[in-house]
Amino acid sequence: MIFGDISQAVGNTPLVGLPRLSPEGYTIYLKLEGHNPTGSVKDRVAKYLIEQAELYGQLKPGQRVLEPTSGNTGIGLAAICKVKGYPLTCVMPENTSEERKQLLTMFGVRIVHSPATEGSNGSVRVAREMAAADPEVYMPFQYGNPANALAHYETTAPEIIADLPDVAAFVAGLGTGGTVTGAGKRLKQWNPEVKVFAAEPEYGDLVYGLRNLEEGYVPEVLDQSVLDSRIKVNSLKALQATRDLAELEGIFAGVSTGASIVVAQRVCARLPEGSKIVALSPDGGWKYLSTGAYAPGEVKEIATAISGTLWA
Amino acid sequence: MPVVRIPTVMRKHTDGAAKVEASGSTVREVFDELVASHPDLQENLLDDGRVRGFINVYVDDEDIRYISGIDTPVADDSEIAIMPAVAGGSNGR
Repeated sequence: MIFGDISQAVGNTPLVGLPRLSPEGYTIYLKLEGHNPTGSVKDRVAKYLIEQAELYGQLKPGQRVLEPTSGNTGIGLAAICKVKGYPLTCVMPENTSEERKQLLTMFGVRIVHSPATEGSNGSVRVAREMAAADPEVYMPFQYGNPANALAHYETTAPEIIADLPDVAAFVAGLGTGGTVTGAGKRLKQWNPEVKVFAAEPEYGDLVYGLRNLEEGYVPEVLDQSVLDSRIKVNSLKALQATRDLAELEGIFAGVSTGASIVVAQRVCARLPEGSKIVALSPDGGWKYLSTGAYAPGEVKEIATAISGTLWA
Repeated sequence: MPVVRIPTVMRKHTDGAAKVEASGSTVREVFDELVASHPDLQENLLDDGRVRGFINVYVDDEDIRYISGIDTPVADDSEIAIMPAVAGGSNGR
């Protein structure tokens, strides 16, 4: 595989079986999005956000791009914007891991912090205020931009179909909703029998605690009609599965991957025996080392200690 | 008896309790008993007999919208979790 620049090397990630973590009679495959150029599924989204904006004339040469992102989208955008000549500002919760901040800074990204307690909602709020005050910036806004889901509709799902035409179910994490919406829609068009499940991270009390019930935020990208169900996974279960994945299958992934594996294991019983299930691993574990998620010790204690930053 | 997990923002209506037991064989029955013992929860939780927008309700971790809504069956050892919707959250359907 040879590519002209990094923006062309996005996608075509491996689909890997998990023989030791699959319930008997079923096979779970993991799509390793950590194999993308900057190490996450968001490379697909970043490429589509920028290239669709170019296509529709929304982005002028050299124009500054502004995006609220808890990290992966920012890193993906940083690489894409770098090779395409757009300066980038990212708004992110201040508890975002140090690795991510250092990566972004190295890429020359301007970082603006939003309060940790407001989570990604806070980043969205701050970025919207900044965009409203400065007409010179372009905000792709992954939470509301159809290019987000389109990336998965046009790339992620077709890759799965090519590799595993008899896929019975697809599981992915619920963040912006782009993955489940885009890939789920395409998979159901391929075969209406395919089931689509969202693994929803159960954040720590800290994240929920300050949430005003009048301010619930629904990403416009999420099309709930594509979902067959939505299952939440707490920090402990997600972390345990993530550590099992390394220990039993030799795969080092981020904690969202563990959450999707938990859901994939749970829904097997609803599918015909022999079914093949694809779970999406959004990234590797590298960017989370500093959180302590992989440190030696009791998983329960670790999960409790870092539940506030685990999903950040 | 089923256990209901109360989100931080609603604990002022449960004397600070994070978990409250309430009997019932569906989410509706459990919520009826919960509201009977903690009346201030009523307007936080329900709107015209339906679960309010921006709140997600889960029975044993699964969103009840994808099961049978407020009529979702509840087992004696079930956990019903009430959660404010965050990013990825939903406004009912």
